[in-house]
Amino acid sequence: MKIIKSIAFWTVILALGILVEMLGRFEYINPYVIQVLELIGINIILVSSLNIINGFLGEFAIGHAGFMATGAYLSAICTVKFHMPFALGFLAAGLLSGLIAYLIGVPAFKTFGDYLAVITLGFNMIIVNLLNNLEYVGAARGMVGLPKSTNFIWVFCATILTLIIFRNIIFSNYGRIWTAIRENTLAAEMMGINVVRSKMVAFAIAGCFAGLAGALWGHMLQYINPSSFTYLKSTDMLTMLYLGGVGSLTGSVLGAVLMTGLLEILRDLGVWRMVIGPVILVLIMLTKPLGLFGSRELKIVQPKSDREEVQKYVSHAGRKHNNEL
Amino acid sequence: MSYFIQQLLNALQLGSIYALIALGYTMVYGVLGLINFAHGDIFMAGAFFGFFTAYLLKLPLIPTLILSMLLASALGIMIERIAYRPLRKAPRMSLIITALGISLFLENFTRATLGGQPRSFPKLLEIQDFTFLGASVTNLQVVIILVSIFLMLVLRYIVQNTMIGKAMRAVSDNKEVLALMGISLDTVIMVTFGLGSALAATAGILVGLAYPVIDPYMGITVGWKAFIAAVLGGIGLINGALVGGFILGFIEIFAAALLPSTYRDGIAFTILIIVLLLKPTGLLGRPVIKKV
Amino acid sequence: MSLMQVENITMNFDGLRAVQNFNLDLQEGELIGLIGPNGAGKTTVFNILTGVYIPSQGTVTFAGENITKHAPWQINRSGIARTFQNIRLFDNMTVLDNIKVAMNYQMKYKMFSAVLRTPKYRQEESMVLKESLEMLQLFNLVEKYNFLAKNLSYGEQRRLEIARALTTKPRLLLLDEPAAGMNAKESEELMHLISWIHKKFNLTILLIEHHMPVVMGICQRIKVLDFGQTIAEGTPDEIKNNPKVIEAYLGEEVDH
Repeated sequence: MKIIKSIAFWTVILALGILVEMLGRFEYINPYVIQVLELIGINIILVSSLNIINGFLGEFAIGHAGFMATGAYLSAICTVKFHMPFALGFLAAGLLSGLIAYLIGVPAFKTFGDYLAVITLGFNMIIVNLLNNLEYVGAARGMVGLPKSTNFIWVFCATILTLIIFRNIIFSNYGRIWTAIRENTLAAEMMGINVVRSKMVAFAIAGCFAGLAGALWGHMLQYINPSSFTYLKSTDMLTMLYLGGVGSLTGSVLGAVLMTGLLEILRDLGVWRMVIGPVILVLIMLTKPLGLFGSRELKIVQPKSDREEVQKYVSHAGRKHNNEL
Repeated sequence: MSYFIQQLLNALQLGSIYALIALGYTMVYGVLGLINFAHGDIFMAGAFFGFFTAYLLKLPLIPTLILSMLLASALGIMIERIAYRPLRKAPRMSLIITALGISLFLENFTRATLGGQPRSFPKLLEIQDFTFLGASVTNLQVVIILVSIFLMLVLRYIVQNTMIGKAMRAVSDNKEVLALMGISLDTVIMVTFGLGSALAATAGILVGLAYPVIDPYMGITVGWKAFIAAVLGGIGLINGALVGGFILGFIEIFAAALLPSTYRDGIAFTILIIVLLLKPTGLLGRPVIKKV
Repeated sequence: MSLMQVENITMNFDGLRAVQNFNLDLQEGELIGLIGPNGAGKTTVFNILTGVYIPSQGTVTFAGENITKHAPWQINRSGIARTFQNIRLFDNMTVLDNIKVAMNYQMKYKMFSAVLRTPKYRQEESMVLKESLEMLQLFNLVEKYNFLAKNLSYGEQRRLEIARALTTKPRLLLLDEPAAGMNAKESEELMHLISWIHKKFNLTILLIEHHMPVVMGICQRIKVLDFGQTIAEGTPDEIKNNPKVIEAYLGEEVDH
């Protein structure tokens, strides 16, 4: 019964995605709206991957656009220079960005506290600086002529899959370990947790998905240049993350949807639009320092099976109080 | 030889500007443990304060400098009051994110009100060239270096010899002493923000005189560089900011002599990461003992 | 059988000698107390034994293995668990998750299994759930499984911390001032708990305590530290009448 229910649920979700894609193709939905929807999906991937580090692991990374840049550029090199199919470039982008993130973890986690922030930011700056100087990828002009491979259904599936993967990792041994490290690093270490290794794994996953998002983004706009991936892009992601809620996947989705949507609605305001984002961020921090959702999750995100099993155990065990204590 | 002296002066000039800004980062970090991301934008605001006082009030250099320092102090104190103080007991990350938000706000607000195009800074100083040991030097370079050194000495005097300076050090080292001194934490933090912002404003005007254009986003790169300088020397340490500032200035100038100048920012950050790897607490920092 | 030998440990911080020539020989199954006035170096000894600090000199051998330079997580995996003087729970995790974390390396499934929720994942997770609940049951915490750790009462937090340490299946348990901040009645209950754990889990326990009565009641052997040096060692009765110990503690009483 449960299986049938969940199959039905996912079929409906997938059907919805295909419906929007079709409506878009036959121009029942404005291409601009489709692009905004795609942007929302990409931002959800970016923000929830950043949430793994900043929310669940409790570290403070502020250079996420660096990983997005590696993904965008590598996938563009694959499709533009080597004429590979987008799917290959997409996967390569994820792998490379994940690998780089893992390697950055080596120096980053030898230090502590705010220095991680500094190192991730430094990486972001170095990547942009390198891209600005590399003639092969067009230096400051960037790369043009990327195939229009990103369509709504790609982004839709990638977003949903990302969220499912993240949810399943977070509600597993891995996620528990990350949260334990966040809550009390020394106590976590005394539980036999290899803290540095766990952090590096988290970093690699976050970097990998940021790279995937970068690949989608590049092939949505069909051109990329280094100035799209500066630390301002990283701060955009931070704004969405802290707007929605740190340590909550629901919050990441909410933050990405609200912020992306709001910025599009306010498009007519021109430059003033860029003033509103920061103001909202500061106001949120002052009133709700952990973001709108805090670290809570919607019920649909939490795994169900545990609750039932525990309830059964508790109601059964409640009677035999340990009187030896 | 003359080329070397030329570069040395350039490095001193750049280094003293980094040092002036780095002091603000380091002092705030010392008392609040906060990376004040908005500090680079106070530097920018200071440059604009200078721009307007010089243009609208037609004031000469020194009054412009003083007035801008006061205005920037007020801005710094106001930011602390409105945005940071309510969060003093909140998770540290929320505080840092707020600083980031303020930073973006200052940049974009300035751009929205004043426009994004660079503006040329008024010439408050008649530039004269003269030769020193075969190198050509401008009086502006000398002024920049001297003003910076003078202000650093003033700051040093305040921190070492005045009551409020002692209180600032007490906040960083030993909070119990502060209570005994009868100075409230709020006062110390206010003074810290005031002093740091004044120094950043000076740097802003000096940069405006030297380059001589200013724009709403000028605080980003210079601000980050100054922050690197503070970390390089050991964040939280006043001497560290000075050492870090000058070292970074020297490295950048001499690296630019060897590599295309477009690599400058990349080099600065690469050095930062190497230093953090070798000595995470900065060049002058002492190793931290874990408290359990 | 000897479980742990600590030989000639010395620890310096910035020229300050926190612990000097500390020796300890723990036999399997013993319950030993380490007492001394505040600042005597007791917690520093624990931090050395658990890899938080690497001593300036000396060696620590556990179950025949030299663990002096091992990291805390390696030391935990070789069979030592500890609690902290200022309770260190995972505050914003549930009581149940606090215990589950302690079983982290008993779970062998990889990330791939977690993502796909494979049978291996399900089987290991349900094993962990069952064992965690049993542990909570033993400590009368099962009713509160869904509370955040920070919302427990002080005594419950202490119990959870001990339960969590035990979940890592240690052979040696180090308790750092478990009675700190407790009144007389609570410390008595705690003493009872400790001797119950000692028997039930067949453990070796090393207990730091500031308040003498707690230690006197349950420990078989006691070691007294003052200013980083061992000043006395023996059975509770011997310690009670040792003039050096009385002197060390007298200095303290005057302060209070």
